[in-house]
Amino acid sequence: MNAGAMQPGSDAAAEQGQDQDPGKAAGRVTAAVLADLASGRHRGVVVDSPPGAGKSTLVVRAAAEIAGRGDRLMIVAQTNNQVDDLLLRLAEEHPGLVLGRLSAADYRPGEELAATPVQIAGKAADLDGCEIVVSTAAKWALVDDRRWAWAIVDEAYQMRSDALLLVARLFDRALFVGDPGQLDPFATVDAAQWHGLTYDPSQSAVAVLRRHNPDLPVHRLPVSWRLPATAAPLVSEAFYPFTPFRSGTGRRDRALGFEPGRKCDPYDQVVDIAAESGWGMLELPSGFTLPSDDETVRTVAELAARVLARRGTAVSERGENALDAARIAVGVSHREQRSRVEAALVRLNGEIPGARDIVVDTANRLQGREFDVTVFLHPLSGRRDATAFHLETGRLCVLASRHRHACLVVARAGIPELLDAHPSAEPVHLGLPVSFPDGWEANQAVLGTLADNRVQL
Amino acid sequence: MSAVTALGRLRAAATGYAQPAATVRHRHLSDRPLVFVPYAMAGEAFAPLAALIGDDPDAPHLFVVPQPRDRQRRFAHVAELARILVPYLTEHLSSTETVERRNDEAYERALDAPQVIVPSRGGIEYLHLLGRSTRFRRTEGEYAVHPDVPLMGRWCTYLADRARMPGSSVLLALTDLLTQTWSTGQSDLENGELAALMGWVDPERGRTGAETARDAEGAPPAGPATAPEFDEKLAPLIAAYDTAERAENSRAAARAEERIRDLLGVELMPTWHRVWRGLELMRELPPGASVAGRWETDRMSYSLFAADLDSPDSRPQPRIPGAVAAAQQLSRREQAQSRLDTEQLRDDPLLMAEARLSGQAFRGRVAAVEADRMVTEPGKKQARPRPLLVVRTTDEPLLLRETELECVERPKARAKLIAVADGPDGTREVRIELTGGMGRGKTPEEGSIPEEGELLCWTVAASGFRGGPKWPSPEETPWTHGGPPEPRKELQEGEVRQPDEEELAAAEEPWV
Repeated sequence: MNAGAMQPGSDAAAEQGQDQDPGKAAGRVTAAVLADLASGRHRGVVVDSPPGAGKSTLVVRAAAEIAGRGDRLMIVAQTNNQVDDLLLRLAEEHPGLVLGRLSAADYRPGEELAATPVQIAGKAADLDGCEIVVSTAAKWALVDDRRWAWAIVDEAYQMRSDALLLVARLFDRALFVGDPGQLDPFATVDAAQWHGLTYDPSQSAVAVLRRHNPDLPVHRLPVSWRLPATAAPLVSEAFYPFTPFRSGTGRRDRALGFEPGRKCDPYDQVVDIAAESGWGMLELPSGFTLPSDDETVRTVAELAARVLARRGTAVSERGENALDAARIAVGVSHREQRSRVEAALVRLNGEIPGARDIVVDTANRLQGREFDVTVFLHPLSGRRDATAFHLETGRLCVLASRHRHACLVVARAGIPELLDAHPSAEPVHLGLPVSFPDGWEANQAVLGTLADNRVQL
Repeated sequence: MSAVTALGRLRAAATGYAQPAATVRHRHLSDRPLVFVPYAMAGEAFAPLAALIGDDPDAPHLFVVPQPRDRQRRFAHVAELARILVPYLTEHLSSTETVERRNDEAYERALDAPQVIVPSRGGIEYLHLLGRSTRFRRTEGEYAVHPDVPLMGRWCTYLADRARMPGSSVLLALTDLLTQTWSTGQSDLENGELAALMGWVDPERGRTGAETARDAEGAPPAGPATAPEFDEKLAPLIAAYDTAERAENSRAAARAEERIRDLLGVELMPTWHRVWRGLELMRELPPGASVAGRWETDRMSYSLFAADLDSPDSRPQPRIPGAVAAAQQLSRREQAQSRLDTEQLRDDPLLMAEARLSGQAFRGRVAAVEADRMVTEPGKKQARPRPLLVVRTTDEPLLLRETELECVERPKARAKLIAVADGPDGTREVRIELTGGMGRGKTPEEGSIPEEGELLCWTVAASGFRGGPKWPSPEETPWTHGGPPEPRKELQEGEVRQPDEEELAAAEEPWV
């Protein structure tokens, strides 16, 4: 959860207005962003986007506008996948633009991207003819003989400020877009020494940018098109307490239906509850365990496989689709948990064909992705203490905001008691912007909702 | 906490004896380290009270400040310490080797480097504060101090900064060395106190580690914080010293100072002996194979710092790093951390057991080799040798397909995971494709392909230690990070730089 990103009392709140129509409310913010970009009054513009609020759409639109004015544009993304996704959307929606991708020598484009006219090169000089060049922050850091009028920095809250330091000399002005509620970037060594410095290299790019440029306009996208009406209020309240957003769809716009359960066991029950309410928690007996104990891993895998076995149908404003394995994801906190759940799903594949194709990943790597139904293992499940890592609000926020229809949680009993026994004990650093919301409080809010949708195993 | 660490602690708690947490020593130990046991005055944010220092276990130097609030005595104390510390820190500079560098001028690297050992982490923080409170001092004009004082400050700052570099060994806390090597049945907090930790690691004859550790409760603390009971004894002695000073009774003052000195000597000596005993225990372990390589990096860092001290443009380390410097520090330390993690894992089967248990490594015999397999990779014109190995293991590798692997026994080899299947008797058969370490030719170099029956341990390949990114110069600090800092004031010919107001203020409150 990003420090300094979500302070109360901002003028941007006015933008959200009281529009009844979410489309209009979102359109108004987009127009304001584009107007700020066109005005030339600001060196930078920041756009905060809650989960699924149309961030990529905004990036594509702003990119086309900037390029349309004849300004050369560079786009900084954080991973190669993000670069490819952006290029595909740009190529599809604006076929007239000359696009370039700056890549490492061993990069091989996927089939889809290879089919577009995107130029791919290892040196910036070879892309001088492009109106828009897209690459990762790491690759941009190696360019030193070019300059662009504009940059768009995507996923800017997941970018560390030292990475921004390496690329900021390449552009005059920039649009920074990202989700302040997701996981903060991290350092693998103790970074306390730099805490409190305005340019703390371990903080996010936006945190540092705004501390040095407090006058930059900050816009907030007010509508989540991903999260259903059952999830947006909770996620908004727990993780974005001062910058509320709402769901772009109403309760009746989405429906999740399953074939009747054959076993009528707790797994079936919790799937039915989640289909109805959007949330479900399958609770294991309390106990202290290692991060990936067999019982928990098996339960997570079985629950995900059961969602698939029940052959669901998801109905939304986009139409109707079958709930196949690609639309289901499992979220965990540790890599070992990921490996073990994956292995368990492979073993279940014989019984439930397709189980092995369910996406399993850690919260860090699920950021920015979207599914119909998600199953996640609660970060505090089976733990004896609540460390900063496991309490991190961003982790829980990512896990609880990837779904379009329903979210299922597996946890051992006793997490509220664990939270009560372990108030945050992290050292307080002077000069560090206060980070909202408190991980402890957000956890309690989510658990409160889950408790109403709980099935005990 | 990992399963292996948890098991070690449980076993220690159950048996009462410390359990091994490492099978080798992961840090360099000098043949002649300098041990430094500092004490600070209670109730003051930073007021040096006493120090035992020296490189001879039988002949420590004891330096005491009878009135730690007296600034003159404080700086006199630092000058005393400097007379021991600075010669020790600089004596290795005379024998050097010339080292060529790829993108830089050749430099002289000292053949050995100094090593300072403090009892616990508080000692490292103490040196950090000592450096900050002394490196910005005027050597002329008002409140001038002896030139050794700022010099000592810069050395202390160097040591404390270097200690933050993962894997470095020029300044080490003994408690860190011991806890890396042994698991005890007590908490991390308790392990931070040397007496209790040594109780576990080095129990008395006929007693368990747990018992010896319990006996050590109430022993003089390793510092720099003093024990409250000790403070009660110290306060009247300091008061007596003050009275004598005020009365200008130099004999009484000398007597009072002598009593303070005796009291502190008694309090500090047990820690002094424990530190040397701890070092003895650490020496019994063989060093890890990569320790010498990391020590070489320390020798480089030491030599470059000493060379900078000698240069006429040299300045004390800044109060706070600039935007570019801070980012560079973080990036270098993260690189060092990743190198350290990889090297320690390779050096130590017990750490590797941890990785194997969590599915991030596997060890087993080569069951089959398809040596002459050739593959034309996408985008390449020519087929390259890509021998296939089947490794049979009792481990449970939890690695994704295409994971790049490297081998402990064959450091040059690189491989890619193809598949994991069940083998006979509950084993697993891991199919891997050799991708590197076979030379540049069209056929693999002689002996570069493992043979059937070889026992090999494979881990996830480290992401290479590339040179760092190209950082902007401080003058090019971009607008996103506050823009360039104010330019430095140029010095006149022959002018000696004196600290500015901000630096002087920083020295007064070194803990801020």
